[in-house]
Amino acid sequence: MRKNLNVIAAYSIMMGLIILVGIFQSWNVALSIFNLCLISAVMTMGANIQWGYAGLINFGIMGYTALGGLAAVLISVDPVQEAWRAGGFDILMCLWLIIAMVFAIRFISKNFQKSKFRTYGIAAIIVIGIVIIRITAEPGIEAIEGVNPAKTGFLGGFGLPIIFSWIVGAFFAGGLAFIVGKVALGLRADYLAIATLLISEIVIAIIKHEDWLTRGVKNVIGLKRPAPYEVDLQTTEWFINLVEKFNSGKLALISNLADRQAALNQMVIEGSTVFVKLCYSGLFLIVVIVLLILTQKALYSPWGRMMRAIRDNEEAANAMGKNVVKQHLLIFILGSAIVGIAGAMLVTQDGLFTPGSYRPMRYTFLIWVMVIVGGSGNNFGAILGGFAVWFLWIEAAPISLFLINFFTAGMADNHVLKVHLIESVPYFRYLMMGLGLLLIMRYRPKGILPEKIEIK
Amino acid sequence: MDFLNAIILLLNYIFIPALTYGSQLALGAIFVTLIYGILRFANFATGDMMSFGTMVTILFTWYFQSIGISLGVLPTALIAIPFAILFMIIYMLFIDKFVFKYYRVNKSPPVQLAMVSIGVMFVTQAVVRIVIGPSDQRFFDGEKFIIKAREFKEMTGLNEGLALKSTQVLTIFVTIVLVSLLFWFLNKTKTGKSMKAYSDNEDLALLSGIDPKRIVMITWIIAGILATIGGALYGLDKSFKPFTYFNNMLPIFAAAIVGGIGNPFGAFLGGYVIAFSEIFLTYAYKKFFMYILPENMEPESLVQLLSTDYKFAVSFSILVIVLLYRPSGIFKGKVL
Repeated sequence: MRKNLNVIAAYSIMMGLIILVGIFQSWNVALSIFNLCLISAVMTMGANIQWGYAGLINFGIMGYTALGGLAAVLISVDPVQEAWRAGGFDILMCLWLIIAMVFAIRFISKNFQKSKFRTYGIAAIIVIGIVIIRITAEPGIEAIEGVNPAKTGFLGGFGLPIIFSWIVGAFFAGGLAFIVGKVALGLRADYLAIATLLISEIVIAIIKHEDWLTRGVKNVIGLKRPAPYEVDLQTTEWFINLVEKFNSGKLALISNLADRQAALNQMVIEGSTVFVKLCYSGLFLIVVIVLLILTQKALYSPWGRMMRAIRDNEEAANAMGKNVVKQHLLIFILGSAIVGIAGAMLVTQDGLFTPGSYRPMRYTFLIWVMVIVGGSGNNFGAILGGFAVWFLWIEAAPISLFLINFFTAGMADNHVLKVHLIESVPYFRYLMMGLGLLLIMRYRPKGILPEKIEIK
Repeated sequence: MDFLNAIILLLNYIFIPALTYGSQLALGAIFVTLIYGILRFANFATGDMMSFGTMVTILFTWYFQSIGISLGVLPTALIAIPFAILFMIIYMLFIDKFVFKYYRVNKSPPVQLAMVSIGVMFVTQAVVRIVIGPSDQRFFDGEKFIIKAREFKEMTGLNEGLALKSTQVLTIFVTIVLVSLLFWFLNKTKTGKSMKAYSDNEDLALLSGIDPKRIVMITWIIAGILATIGGALYGLDKSFKPFTYFNNMLPIFAAAIVGGIGNPFGAFLGGYVIAFSEIFLTYAYKKFFMYILPENMEPESLVQLLSTDYKFAVSFSILVIVLLYRPSGIFKGKVL
């Protein structure tokens, strides 16, 4: 118990802060912060598996998040029959062509010896393949995008419950990680960082501009929900009764019947949004706890020990007969898959998919700040980092507004400097993140909750 | 005549813009490569340092404009740049002293320094946005065009116009002067040679009496000059927006790696490789073929290899291919 005191203390402070937000701002805000904290925690767990367990830098988190979001769209949206009729055949043909191309390349690279001739052959197959695919796809894509472009203009999905997309998102992200890993894992640490960053930008470019698949920058809105809708709740008997029971003390104070009914209605409206958010919190909490148990088990298993050995001394691990390349690829896929789950969760919670919103600052670098601040190699640390940094990210604006007002209290309200500072309050969050990262790196390089491995 | 028209078309839409963009990338890429070669880390704050330098230039330009100093046909920013460079050098040395020095002295692994540079990136970005705001700023004044498209058409009687912006000429001219000066410095002077020696083999360089503190300081000074001029030229030619500068970091990295990281000359050429391939692959050649092919063979589609949406993706794909087949870059840089 004593050993874990700092973990418990850190988490209690974090929960206390969120509860304070609930009391002073509103429970709605507190819960939305909490939900996004949970999603961030899943992302940091993914990044922590790669960086903390294996020392691999993955700056492509944004790409995997977006793929998870894409999975949510493709799973939950109802198929657009008209679009399938218009251009489905062409798209399916392209899919077959791509598969054929991959097999052709595999065949050549397996059955011929490495030579200049083989390289040129593969390059020729890729170039010719891309040209053929473009020619086949062009009419299909145009037809699909022409189908009611204001509302659909894409193929739609499978019309399944959105919760399945969390698993599918993991598979999408894992699949991409397999390809990226095969290409880039041989590189030295900082090159790997740059390569993954650039590859994730390519993924975002594709998601943004292939309208037949994702609707691109036109966004997909109104996704299905795993939780009830507020409007339905507000007319449900049991929910109104529940709210009434919960607030019976407050309601009893109001003597006028009409006033009491109005107050109750207000409470039901507020209660319904809080209730929906609580549903999401429950779902997310289950994911976080399951992942935490799995990752902790993995960390202390023989496999986890092997990963740490590889991280700390690759050559020695190699000499002991461990297949470093294979393990790196495996852990790269696992970590990315977890990030993919988080991406799907994020889109599920928002109910919309906006490819334009995926930016490296928010989805890659911020997640890295979380991992570093929280403590790499320690799952509890990574989760705490996700909570603390996301909390600061949201609450930075009110905090800096308070500080600005405090320090410029002597100035007149229309002083140029004061007005300018108050206008630029939203950007103080970057300053806080940067300073936080620099201070942690300097004075506590292992993070708030450092890695601690006990051999039992 | 048609053939001439086709050539003018390519010059106007591919060659000149690519040359300008390539010069802007090249300055940034040399900056990245110098930091990588001598301080040995990937500097993720590159784009934001450039935007910081540009911001200072803009502030000085506004000041000069307000007190009525101008260069006539040339942009006022040219007078502001030297002051901005001075400011930027102080900023770079300040950051080095309070942030990077600690890790360098402790011989931290390069990854840690890269992470620290992300912290610097956040802070610099915040400062820029707090001081000047996130929106578009234009600070160009003076004559905008050297040759206007319409004038060119009247002058030559061709169908295609050739527009030459003064900022394009300025960018290419300043880049050539600056890069030649830099290469002269690196290859001919004693300090430059000792920098190269330090980059090749730190221990041997220290043994032969090279002062590492001085080398590091000079590197940051050169970096400050490159960042300010590169950023200001980009801002003059297009416009200044902090977010675009952050995004430009990616093609700059691509250019530095394609050219062979740690090799300034490679980075210089890498900038042009990236710029030309981006524009070559995303340009619609329909009009070009209309001029050079006989009438019955004219293409119906746009003859565009990739849509312009994939402009960035092109440079990154080139980078991936280079990393796969020639990890040390086209011009041999440090071995990965």
